[in-house]
Amino acid sequence: MIYFDNSATTKPKNEVLDTFIKVSERFFANPSSVHSLGLEAEKLLEQSRNQIASLLKVNTGEIIFTSGGTESNNFVIKGVASTYRHRGNHIITTEIEHPSVANACEDLKRHGFEVTYLPVDRSGQINLDDLKRAIRDETILVSVIHVNNELGVVQPVEEIGKLLKPYSKIFFHVDHVQGVTKVPLDFHEANVDFASVSSHKFHGVKGTGAVFVRKGLRLEPLLSGGGQEQNMRSGTENVPGIAAMAKALRLGMEAYKKNISNLKAVRDFLIKELRTIDGVFVNTPDEQIAPHIVNFSVPGYKAEVLVHEMEERGLYASTTSACSSKRDEPSKTVLAMGLGNERATSSIRLSLSFENTMEEAKEAVKIIKASIENLKPVMRGSYDV
Amino acid sequence: MMYDQILVRYGELSLKGRNRRFFIDKLQENVQHILRDFKNIKVRAARAHMYIDLNGEDPDEICDRLKGIFGIQSFSPVMTVSREIETVKEASLALLQKLEAEGKTFKVATKRADKKYPYNSDEINRLLGTHLLKNIPGLKVDVKKPELELKVEVRSEAVYLTCEVIKGAGGLPVGSSGKAMLMLSGGIDSPVAGYLSMKRGLSVEGVHFYSPPYTSERSKQKVIDLAKKLAEVSGRFTLHIVPFTELQEYIYEKVPESYAMTIMRRMMLRITDEIRKKHGGLAVVTGESLGQVASQTIESMYTINEVTNTPVLRPLVAMDKSEIIQIAEKIDTLEISNRPYEDCCTIFTPRNPKTKPKREKARQFESYMDYEEYITRAVENVETLQIYAGMDQEQDEFADLL
Repeated sequence: MIYFDNSATTKPKNEVLDTFIKVSERFFANPSSVHSLGLEAEKLLEQSRNQIASLLKVNTGEIIFTSGGTESNNFVIKGVASTYRHRGNHIITTEIEHPSVANACEDLKRHGFEVTYLPVDRSGQINLDDLKRAIRDETILVSVIHVNNELGVVQPVEEIGKLLKPYSKIFFHVDHVQGVTKVPLDFHEANVDFASVSSHKFHGVKGTGAVFVRKGLRLEPLLSGGGQEQNMRSGTENVPGIAAMAKALRLGMEAYKKNISNLKAVRDFLIKELRTIDGVFVNTPDEQIAPHIVNFSVPGYKAEVLVHEMEERGLYASTTSACSSKRDEPSKTVLAMGLGNERATSSIRLSLSFENTMEEAKEAVKIIKASIENLKPVMRGSYDV
Repeated sequence: MMYDQILVRYGELSLKGRNRRFFIDKLQENVQHILRDFKNIKVRAARAHMYIDLNGEDPDEICDRLKGIFGIQSFSPVMTVSREIETVKEASLALLQKLEAEGKTFKVATKRADKKYPYNSDEINRLLGTHLLKNIPGLKVDVKKPELELKVEVRSEAVYLTCEVIKGAGGLPVGSSGKAMLMLSGGIDSPVAGYLSMKRGLSVEGVHFYSPPYTSERSKQKVIDLAKKLAEVSGRFTLHIVPFTELQEYIYEKVPESYAMTIMRRMMLRITDEIRKKHGGLAVVTGESLGQVASQTIESMYTINEVTNTPVLRPLVAMDKSEIIQIAEKIDTLEISNRPYEDCCTIFTPRNPKTKPKREKARQFESYMDYEEYITRAVENVETLQIYAGMDQEQDEFADLL
């Protein structure tokens, strides 16, 4: 089996599961309980927070735990909207966001907010002048996806942060979910106010994530309750998941140091080989891209059928993002980049982890070729005969 | 481009004439302690400056920590480059770009220690200046009051470049003015009082009163966490935890409620003073200020202070609460202090404490008590913890999990 769907989710590492199980057994108490079992759980929780904060180069108090990327994104967008509504009702984001950002913004539209979606060019980049022009007096939030989940395009977060710095009224949120351990980002240096991460994208377990909230900022919570996480995220803390996330992040960052060049080599090999296949268009641009995502289209082929054919042969990939792939929708990012409807409806994403090897990539290319070849009579039959 | 050295300028030290070596040694010791987890660095203390050789360690993190060390006036990360003029040009450009020099004013100041170098100082200034002006848009020369000053030092082994001057914490090296005992509750004030005492060179040891089950393990943990923050300032911190339950219960049995708080504080001061004697301190530091809560009146201070003639230092007495909170925020203790657990001061707070207690009354109530044996027992059973900067007590416990 070749698993190239790591942007949908990764397989939890054994060491991470080991932590999850041990913590569930040994530190099961509620960290808010006053007895010593509670205290032990709380200590572990805070130690985990410490470790995550120091790996992300932020202060311990700036990490708030959530249930994952979707919650983190919703919390920031809706939280900024409700907390700072008196300052303005305008939000700027991009056309290539994850649904948890795009739909949160759409929700806010129904509550009187105005949203500007910045377009991207053919290489998937937003234009900083567009951003500057979009800023109004009423703008309170700019939300940008760091690494696009469909194509792996990386936005210039540092430059955006620099551009926004003089605007003291505007908050800057970064959806860093696909970037963690793959494309390093220093939140403070990039002038970021909020950033979302999710554990299962870097070999942690599902249902745990975090949001970076710059020191001194507070947002109204999505959930009302016991006031955990500095009153910003109520609910008993998921101590096993959080400890597992701390470990997964440490291991992920170690893997980055050791294997990043290998990962890039695998990606470059895939791009190069895919380009040689007749009828295949690589959608992932050449520059400003993440090391782990390759997106391509085979116009005329239905992506879902091709994915199943590849699966038959042992290669697991996605049609666009896993979240929207159940509905038969074209790739939003491919469309936004102006690559056309044909390519948008037939796009397939290969997403790698640090554990994938060149051998797997070679095998994957063979499988892709064979799958296209095998489906040719069916998909194109009507035209050929 | 990487910094490989940090040049540290001493604070008030330069004024201290004959004691200079002692101060420098203290500062070096503190710097070494605070940076002890950077295994590869080397700290060299010379008469004029201190040098930290990074040997590959992260300059940002080290600079961050240096900012908090007392006895440092300012410091500058240094880049060492080879002597070819082209290399020096490129490195200067990279350095100014990193400092976002666009649109700023600058000057180059070269010191040529090696007179055999093919260019003289003026020529080097001009060569580098031209190169920078050509490559950085909007950069302007201002030799009188530049925003950025690129300092170039040419030596026979290499060329050294510095540009950033980062402000240090000032003050005197912790430990250069002797030792004091800090009465450390879990509140906002006492860590700030400790911090300010350290600023003037006192080595501070914490004394905390622990009364289980009236105060929880968590309130003790809170104090340990506060002590960790103070350890980041001094490199290490000694914390004495006094078992106080027995004596506290005894006080509440023998003394009317309105005077219990006063007597309790007199007992605490006596115990702290005993611990001070044992460990060679010369003063007691408290976080008291005037007029905040009922017990912090000048009458109360007068009555409590009667039990010792050791100097009791109260660095916060002249400060407003908002000023205290500001410092607590700066030294990162505010969040810890705000944790809601009961400490020994809050739990037995009487409904109507005496705001103007009298010495005679206090003495009278104490005359009905045999408190000496309680004090002796409390001092004998003190638990002493050594807390080091960068060390996490729990790390080992959770090491296999995280």
